Amino acid sequence: MKILVCVKQVPATDSRIKPAADGITIDPAGLEYVINPYDEIAVEEALRIKEKLGGEVVAVGIGGARAEEGLRTCLALGCDRARILKDDSRLATDAQSVATLLAAIIRAESPDLVLMGKQAVDDDQMAVPSMVAELLDWPQATVVVKLEIAPDGKTATAEREIEGAVEVLALQLPAVISSQKGLNEPRYASLKGIMAAKKKAVEPVDASTLGLADSLALVRTTAVSPPPPRPEGRRLDGDADSQVRELVRLLHEDYKVI
Amino acid sequence: MSTILVVAEQRGGSMKKTAHEALSQARRMADASGGRVVAVIAGSGIKGLAPEAARFGADHVYLADHSDLADYSTEGYTLVAQRAFQMSAADLVLMGASAMGKDMAPRLAARLKLAYLPDVVELTGSGALVSAVRPMYAGKVRVSVQPTDGTRAFVTLRPNVFRPLPVEGRTATTEAVDTAGLSIRARVVDTRAEAAGRVELTEADVIVSGGRGIKGPESFAMIQELADAFGGALGASRAVVDAGWIDHSHQVGQTGKTVSPGLYVACGISGAIQHLAGMSSSKIIVAINKDGEAPIFKVADIGLVGDLFDIIPKLTAEVKRIRAS
Repeated sequence: MKILVCVKQVPATDSRIKPAADGITIDPAGLEYVINPYDEIAVEEALRIKEKLGGEVVAVGIGGARAEEGLRTCLALGCDRARILKDDSRLATDAQSVATLLAAIIRAESPDLVLMGKQAVDDDQMAVPSMVAELLDWPQATVVVKLEIAPDGKTATAEREIEGAVEVLALQLPAVISSQKGLNEPRYASLKGIMAAKKKAVEPVDASTLGLADSLALVRTTAVSPPPPRPEGRRLDGDADSQVRELVRLLHEDYKVI
Repeated sequence: MSTILVVAEQRGGSMKKTAHEALSQARRMADASGGRVVAVIAGSGIKGLAPEAARFGADHVYLADHSDLADYSTEGYTLVAQRAFQMSAADLVLMGASAMGKDMAPRLAARLKLAYLPDVVELTGSGALVSAVRPMYAGKVRVSVQPTDGTRAFVTLRPNVFRPLPVEGRTATTEAVDTAGLSIRARVVDTRAEAAGRVELTEADVIVSGGRGIKGPESFAMIQELADAFGGALGASRAVVDAGWIDHSHQVGQTGKTVSPGLYVACGISGAIQHLAGMSSSKIIVAINKDGEAPIFKVADIGLVGDLFDIIPKLTAEVKRIRAS
């Protein structure tokens, strides 16, 4: 079975994020980039499926040197191949354009299954998996916490998280699956894996072969701003009894939330 | 005249609060610009929901009623919503950013080449000329976004942010959507609900969360009891989820859920940046922690420095007393 995994580099979740001076991007100073945590789970799942059913895992990313570094990590983890679309003409500016580029690469690779994280923890859009599935006209299962691929590689059972419940889906392959925390516990790269990855190349995708128009974007960013400041808080003094009495009074009488 | 289409979510024959929120927001926008609000409801045996959609703001309701739509499926629901979009010639689509909205809205947006503006907390403008504000990085920054020129938008609304406003006596016309040709390749075969009667995090008006300060998994019973006293949901910090004290579905923060309840009570949570990102858009934040220097107090409206094992049982009893009276 051939599995394709889409990966993105994002600032580590303990990063402080500030608007840049231009007012429409974030300030890159001091940010450390890692593979999107949900994409790491997708890579792990792809490797586990391959270990069970055999086949090949191809990691795909869009971007420059940072994306390439993430793809190198995927090779070190055990992916067989990695491909990068160096987006020099900056086609990928919104979810739709990213999905269009990924779908074009996926069509060319023709995998049996596509895995990616349920969302990137930078933009938080949760858009690309469903959009890629639509552009390929494939079924989808998003926010998946459990996945079983049938031994013949033709169908799968996926459990997806919804509000207060888990939906169990029976789906036909090929399909797009997006991974949620809980699906698995991602491995670390072994020394052997890291050494082996050094001998592998991250293959470039020639954007001109994808047959895509200049501008794909449908969304324009007009500003990036800090969140609204929270009002000054207050501390409640005294022993537990008086703290609790005052808290409940405030919640009941002033804030009217109980 | 501009037309706003609301994809009004129902599950199991009940319309979701996120649908009420989207309908009422559409109503406000339509009233401000002289437009109309249409809704589409997909399901099986859902005709009775049309008056509810009308009360919350719809002038016209498209009903896609078919046994194959009894359970949600991305493909089935996307297809009938697409048909309603084409029937209504809408120039703006709204839906709640629920699990269903997050799954199907991007698929429909890609199909119809609509600008997808997900999980927004502010929405202004009319017709195709809208502008939205959405949090990124779980709320560490906000981004203002618009459709590019000549593009219509599909906007999903963050739950608990836009006010639902029913108006009694309001009525709507209805129309059936063609349900022929449903091709569902990913089908729900089972739904396993968590413990009955429990409130889900992203829908909750009150969330009570526990962190490392509760000392062990057994203390979640105490946190749950306080959550139950408020009629709220149980949350947790990443530290305790990673430690295996509680399931990931309870995690609040950048790699968990981003929440905006009316009241958020943080118990024994120090306030790591990725947790603060996920909950600092809550309306009222209460922090209970023994360390008065903990970062959680920087975002708290009300801070209680003290022993949570002493405070929480007393608070639970007091909340029960007030809510019973």
